Amino acid sequence: MSRIEGVLKTLKGQGRKALIPYITAGDPHPDQTVELMHTLVEAGADIIELGVPFSDPMADGPVIQLACERALKHGTSLRQVIAMIKEFRSTNDSTPVVLMGYLNPMEAMGYEAFADAAADAGVDGILTVDLPPEEADEVAPLFTARNLDAIFLLAPTTTDDRIRSISEHSSGYVYYVSVKGITGAGKINVDEVAAKVAHIHEITALPVGVGFGIRDAETAAAIGRVSDGVIVGSVLVDTIARNQADSDQLKRALTDLLHPMREALDGLAS
Amino acid sequence: MKLTEEMLSALPDARGHFGAYGGRFVSETLMDSLMTLEKEYLRLKKDPEFQRTFDEDLAHYVGRPSPLYFAERLTRETGGAQIWLKREDLNHTGAHKVNNTIGQALLASFLGKKRVIAETGAGQHGVATATVCARLGLECHVFMGAEDVKRQSLNVYRMKLLGAEVHAVQSGTKTLKDAMNDAMRDWVSNVDDTFYIIGTVAGPHPYPLLVRDFQSVIGRETREQSLAQAGRLPDALVACVGGGSNAIGMFYPFLTDESVQMYGVEAGGLGIDSGQHAAPLCAGRPGVLHGNRTYLMEDENGQIAGTHSVSAGLDYPGVGPEHSWLKDIGRAQYVSVTDDEALDGFRKLTRVEGIMPALETAHAVAYALKLAPTMDKDQVIVINISGRGDKDIHTIAQLDGIEA
Repeated sequence: MSRIEGVLKTLKGQGRKALIPYITAGDPHPDQTVELMHTLVEAGADIIELGVPFSDPMADGPVIQLACERALKHGTSLRQVIAMIKEFRSTNDSTPVVLMGYLNPMEAMGYEAFADAAADAGVDGILTVDLPPEEADEVAPLFTARNLDAIFLLAPTTTDDRIRSISEHSSGYVYYVSVKGITGAGKINVDEVAAKVAHIHEITALPVGVGFGIRDAETAAAIGRVSDGVIVGSVLVDTIARNQADSDQLKRALTDLLHPMREALDGLAS
Repeated sequence: MKLTEEMLSALPDARGHFGAYGGRFVSETLMDSLMTLEKEYLRLKKDPEFQRTFDEDLAHYVGRPSPLYFAERLTRETGGAQIWLKREDLNHTGAHKVNNTIGQALLASFLGKKRVIAETGAGQHGVATATVCARLGLECHVFMGAEDVKRQSLNVYRMKLLGAEVHAVQSGTKTLKDAMNDAMRDWVSNVDDTFYIIGTVAGPHPYPLLVRDFQSVIGRETREQSLAQAGRLPDALVACVGGGSNAIGMFYPFLTDESVQMYGVEAGGLGIDSGQHAAPLCAGRPGVLHGNRTYLMEDENGQIAGTHSVSAGLDYPGVGPEHSWLKDIGRAQYVSVTDDEALDGFRKLTRVEGIMPALETAHAVAYALKLAPTMDKDQVIVINISGRGDKDIHTIAQLDGIEA
């Protein structure tokens, strides 16, 4: 059983929902990323999605674009991001880490070298935004062979046939993109998400994490009620941008944001 | 490799691959739209009504066929092969781009989409898109890098006159690649009612296929005209390559004609060794960007590199996947000329033939001027004059130190 599967199974047994924060590695500075990952865990994260910065993040809104620019200004490379996870693992052996990013940095590194390094560092899952399962036949077996979960996206536009085939290619969880749009944009429609996630649950037994548009404890609870986990990204990255000058204040601000979400999600269990 | 009709008709394959290149590398939200577009396009491609409308628009709205012109004086001055010019600059809106926008706007209409978006570099594709949208009464949004908005202010104004909204893109390098990023972001946000008219043979499948099909009219006409006017097939075709739509349109109908050499001319900028260029086929390596696998300019970590070219339309770090395939199998050769050589080509064609090419096109002219003297007098070179240079007068004047 992968670390991701284990954590999600335990939560399910407790009737709890996963809190999955996203930050971009190397933002605001590569030296701070590991510390921020620990902060996220202390504030209640069950799984961390760590973004690999890319020069052309086509699926992302301005908040994460700017995070990529800040990280790339300091030369944050995929190899360095993997090294950060190795460092994180030296003191945390339990919190799953999912690398989230675009395909080209992985292709440039070489898929086999990437998969080896990621597995060695203690990465648990890979989510590649611009890699649908149709194009993953070279990469996915390399991940599977190393016990790395391949996490694919589902969207409001995904047909039932595709939900079925994408789920078959996925392990760990599937990531449901709650809105037609880019990260950080738009208002989430809880009823629509509830209906679609319920429908996805009819097709696959995999846990469903929902991301895009979750900005506070209230939406986290509303989405947590209908899914297996909530993914929180742009609002955290925006908090990093606004507090980048002072690392202590930054950690407090991230905690202040995540902690109420954790409590709201756990409130659903009782 | 000798190419046959049979081999060509199998490409791209069902997943949109040209050998190792092409494909559909996009986020899941866009997959359904792309699959619908592919299905509808393959149906309409065989629909006589669709083809008849397309052909009539090309004839009566664009003004096709465009002439194949023998540049007699340029040939005499250059020495060597006869230089012929395929006059896409004489199309309505002044470039080859309109062939494609007519086709895609027709697709948008058949699919019932009322809102159109496009990316543009030099502004030629933006103008061609705004033009067809004005004609069909479609809402039009053009994404253009803020840097290019400055470089090509005349085209920005043309688009506005045509009723399009021009969005100046401030992210990244503020050029064509960033305009394409923002167009993709808009598309994913408005996928239900929006048709994305991509301006070149790049992007996710089926765009490289349908843009190539719409632009192939260039090569089909050239083939007939060359046989009728020069009495033979061309010995060499020369076209500039940014994304590569005018080049593929010229090359494609000749791919099985083994005697026809093909030269795609990339932007060498300040020289390949300087690193300041936009020549992924000459100096890049394969990677994935904007929905397809193709040759890219990138650093060792897979981050897309900044590009430089005097011509905004060639200032792009990628290239259409079919060109990547043609390069690997050796069917077409890809070369580069520098900014300075392109400017010389611009001046030469202007002064000797009275034809002012776009700065993009000037790259093809410059290479042909090097190629012709190496060939025999009875041989034929066709340069694709993909666009006219009016939009570049300001840039040229500035380089000449004149405040225009």
